[in-house]
Amino acid sequence: MPWDRNQMAARAAQELEDGMYVNLGIGIPTLVANYVGDKDITLQSENGMLGMGPFPFEGEEDADLINAGKQTITELSRTAYFDSSMSFGMIRGGKIAAAILGAMEVAENGDLANWMIPGKLVKGMGGAMDLVAGVGRVIVVMDHQNKAGESKVLKDCTLPLTGKGVVDRIITNLGVLDVVEGGLKIVECADGVSEDELRAATEATIV
Amino acid sequence: MKKVYGSAAEALDGVLSDGMLIAAGGFGLCGIPELLLQAIKDAGTKNLTFASNNAGVDDFGIGILLQTKQVKKMISSYVGENKEFMRQYLGGELELEFNPQGTLAERMRAGGSGIPGFYTKTGVGTQIAEGKEVKVFDGEEYILERGIVADLSIVKAWKADDTGNLVFRKTARNFNPPAAMCGKVCIVEVEEIVPRGSLDPDSIHLPGIYVHRIIQGEHEKRIEQRTTRPQEEK
Repeated sequence: MPWDRNQMAARAAQELEDGMYVNLGIGIPTLVANYVGDKDITLQSENGMLGMGPFPFEGEEDADLINAGKQTITELSRTAYFDSSMSFGMIRGGKIAAAILGAMEVAENGDLANWMIPGKLVKGMGGAMDLVAGVGRVIVVMDHQNKAGESKVLKDCTLPLTGKGVVDRIITNLGVLDVVEGGLKIVECADGVSEDELRAATEATIV
Repeated sequence: MKKVYGSAAEALDGVLSDGMLIAAGGFGLCGIPELLLQAIKDAGTKNLTFASNNAGVDDFGIGILLQTKQVKKMISSYVGENKEFMRQYLGGELELEFNPQGTLAERMRAGGSGIPGFYTKTGVGTQIAEGKEVKVFDGEEYILERGIVADLSIVKAWKADDTGNLVFRKTARNFNPPAAMCGKVCIVEVEEIVPRGSLDPDSIHLPGIYVHRIIQGEHEKRIEQRTTRPQEEK
């Protein structure tokens, strides 16, 4: 059985180490916060906060306290607030150890596309281009194939890029792959997925 | 010098002109200058360009100026929450310049700091880099981005003293300080104007040198995505 969303998030949480400052994207990456366990992780929200807490209890929402997905959240005892230029200063400056984000396509050279589909409604890149260009390690979490069953792990991205050669590790429902010299290297297969199945579902070169 | 004005309309009097570039603070609907936006709508100023991370929603934030077709161009990183925006954009009535979020914030900070341009790794090898100077530093490529100097900044803070020293609250700070810095004229709306001496000088988030006019008013502070946990989990 391939991993489900929660299993992918749990696997991604294993990438995080004690003391890390981390930015989590929208979607499955948000679920990673549920699986960090006892590790001392500080979550950054790029609208200007370190030390992001869980959703507030009903009736305790604060319009002045939201995350980058515009959802109401809470603060923690470690929380610090700052403005957007400092927020992206720490992102661009490499102070954030890792970003975990979703993707539409990833290529074997680490190219990432996750912000626009030509001809479709374009909403904007938000902070994604800054994050992938600046943070220490970029980890993509996504389904291995699209709804039509085509590989999203490609030799070359077909969509406009968010970043060039920026991805370090890809975690999908079928397994974990690293971007290395000459292509992708299989790190592990999801439970019950064989290496042959993972290769067959992947368009990119596996070395 | 008197900085405190009686209303948003008074504070904007003599400042607005058709075709001007306005830098606005806020992220989503959080920390937006809602009173000044309403007053700009009422003033009917046209062909405006806004440098603002987002474009509000249909009936709140910059969205209210889209309804009245007062906006010619948006410089933003994300505009996904606004149907009227999309309708005008797809219909060719509205120009849109996408900036990566950190690039937009830094363009404002730089413009307000006398820095006409800066090099960044953000966007290298993407559509954002098209037409921009590329320079190699220590073996890595960077692109040149320009600082923004706006004709007017409109900003929301939590508290101000009458000299314009500002304190923001939680994540409502966001783009407000850099937006304030880059304006030739900066107008701030706050929830409370306090007497000078009552803000701790060590805890001022933005000094009054950046602030020219201040108004106090009631804010709706609309929540875009209300996400909660049930009280029973407490």
